[in-house]
Amino acid sequence: MISVNQLGKRYGDIVAIDDVSFTLSKGEVLAFLGPNGAGKTTTMRILTCFMPATSGTASVAGFDVFEDAMEVKRRIGYLPETPPLYPEMTVSEYLIFVAKLKGLPRRDQPSGLKNALEKCGLGDVSGRMIGNLSKGFRQRVGLAQALIHNPEVLILDEPTVGLDPRQIIEIRELIKSLGGEHTIILSTHILPEATAVCQKVVIISGGRIVAVDSQEGLSSRIRKSEKISLHLRKFDELTIKKILAISGVMAVNDQVNSKENESYGRFIVESELGIDVRERLAQTVVESGWGLLEMKPLTISLEDVFLKLTTEEKPVDNH
Amino acid sequence: MRNIFVLVGKELRLYFISPIAYVVAMVFLAVSDFLFYNQIRFYSGLSMQMMQMQGNMPELNIHESVFRPSLMNMSIILILIMPLLTMRLFAEEKKGRTNELLMTSPITITEIVLGKFIAVMVVYLLLLVLSLHLPFVLSVAVPISWSPLFASYLGLFLMGGVFLSMGLFASALTDNQIIAAVISFGILIGLWMVSPSGHNAGDSAFKEVAGYLSLMSHLDGFVKGLISTRGVTYFISMTCLGLFMTHRVVESDRWK
Ligand SMILES: Nc1ncnc2c1ncn2[C@@H]1O[C@H](COP(=O)(O)OP(=O)(O)OP(=O)(O)O)[C@@H](O)[C@H]1O
Ligand SMILES: [Mg+2]
Repeated sequence: MISVNQLGKRYGDIVAIDDVSFTLSKGEVLAFLGPNGAGKTTTMRILTCFMPATSGTASVAGFDVFEDAMEVKRRIGYLPETPPLYPEMTVSEYLIFVAKLKGLPRRDQPSGLKNALEKCGLGDVSGRMIGNLSKGFRQRVGLAQALIHNPEVLILDEPTVGLDPRQIIEIRELIKSLGGEHTIILSTHILPEATAVCQKVVIISGGRIVAVDSQEGLSSRIRKSEKISLHLRKFDELTIKKILAISGVMAVNDQVNSKENESYGRFIVESELGIDVRERLAQTVVESGWGLLEMKPLTISLEDVFLKLTTEEKPVDNH
Repeated sequence: MRNIFVLVGKELRLYFISPIAYVVAMVFLAVSDFLFYNQIRFYSGLSMQMMQMQGNMPELNIHESVFRPSLMNMSIILILIMPLLTMRLFAEEKKGRTNELLMTSPITITEIVLGKFIAVMVVYLLLLVLSLHLPFVLSVAVPISWSPLFASYLGLFLMGGVFLSMGLFASALTDNQIIAAVISFGILIGLWMVSPSGHNAGDSAFKEVAGYLSLMSHLDGFVKGLISTRGVTYFISMTCLGLFMTHRVVESDRWK
């Protein structure tokens, strides 16, 4: 549905994004994760035909964002970083204007309006002037604006910014429910957001993609347990049993050597979150005379991954 | 086409919600009424004198002695207030980031430019229609020749097109409404100052060019009651120039 190929964008001398590539199939939800100035907004602006790329290509629903901009624009609902609102208009008036602008046929406008108001929880404020709404409500009007013409593709730049915690959960649920029918790209700084709603996560930093991962990859990285890798010189049938007897240990996995199909002394010990079993484990190993070669914690949370990936790459330029 | 009218509708709505159009209209009407009133007093003083000298009602041309000078004055007031109508058109969209909505919607830049231009022309047309109350009131007392008046208003309308398209261009240059107003004010003053008589350079070719470029000499033709193709062509091509430049600026904004 969306394919991005070696996209690059320069602002004068500043390289905003460089060699960004990814693809997204119909109905998938993708999160763009990255620190400030990473190039999330820039990529989204290119995809929505707001501005052209300096190099590379991108297409939405088979249409090139540069060659067939009109076709692309018809198919996209876009929530920019700053919601594009006219403060003097009322919520309904504004949403109807956007519906017309997006080319929604007149007969579909009332139902489109009703739907968008309902989905974004704007029913009570539909007659209010946008300028008098709170920031969170304005953000919701921005979201409603992106949804009103029921577009195939939704591009949402930090959709939950400025919302209260309950709203954040509601909007995430909404985005989740929109996935499947719509293809969605959203950007965020917040990890749990990415894992909560998206099948695919692209981590971007300093204008480059530093990691692409699936929902499964992500959830395994943030599984709710501590893992310890253990390497022993000797072991016997009782090893696993004895380790399991340590309080807090949930599971022990024998790492089988794939060639000889037999153990070579490497185990992954899984324990409950927040319980450090290393001391007890070491004691058991020593007492049993197995010969401790190595013991190290394995878990790194996605936060760690994120921070590691985004800081290891040359420090983020602060232009 | 449909897109243009969606935008015209939105712009008109915003004009009538905000106080600026009303303030501009009030100032415009108040000042032009005042100038008109002065002209009438001058005219009636003149007729009195002539009546005393000749002993009978003189045949003074009311169009020449009242409307022509007041309409020329009105065009100067327009130079001062038109930038206030156009300044918001693009600058406000950029400041409020709503241009991101327009530019990512299935509407072309040409449609955006024309939509905004037509909307402000409608507002201007309303101003002109409102200012017609002066001749109507006067017509109760004095017989008025309507055809030169029609030509004058046509001239004012066409000249407004030039002013407003230049203002639109200025507004596209910046996201600051004050700066937009100042720039368009500068352009309009510039156009107003070009005149064949202003330069006493003996160069006749120069005079010819200045005469063709001079907004005021073309307007004067209309206000005298003459509708000339030359004048109509001049105003329309200047308007198109303004719209074209606006289009270029909006387009090039995307490439920054
Ligand atoms: N109009 C512009 N002119 C010059 N540089 C720009 C412009 N817009 C963005 N940049 C630069 O491009 C880089 C990427 O910016 P971008 O807005 O895409 O980041 P982002 O990932 O959206 O950040 P944030 O999380 O803060 O929204 C930044 O270094 C920024 O300074
Ligand atoms: Mg951003």
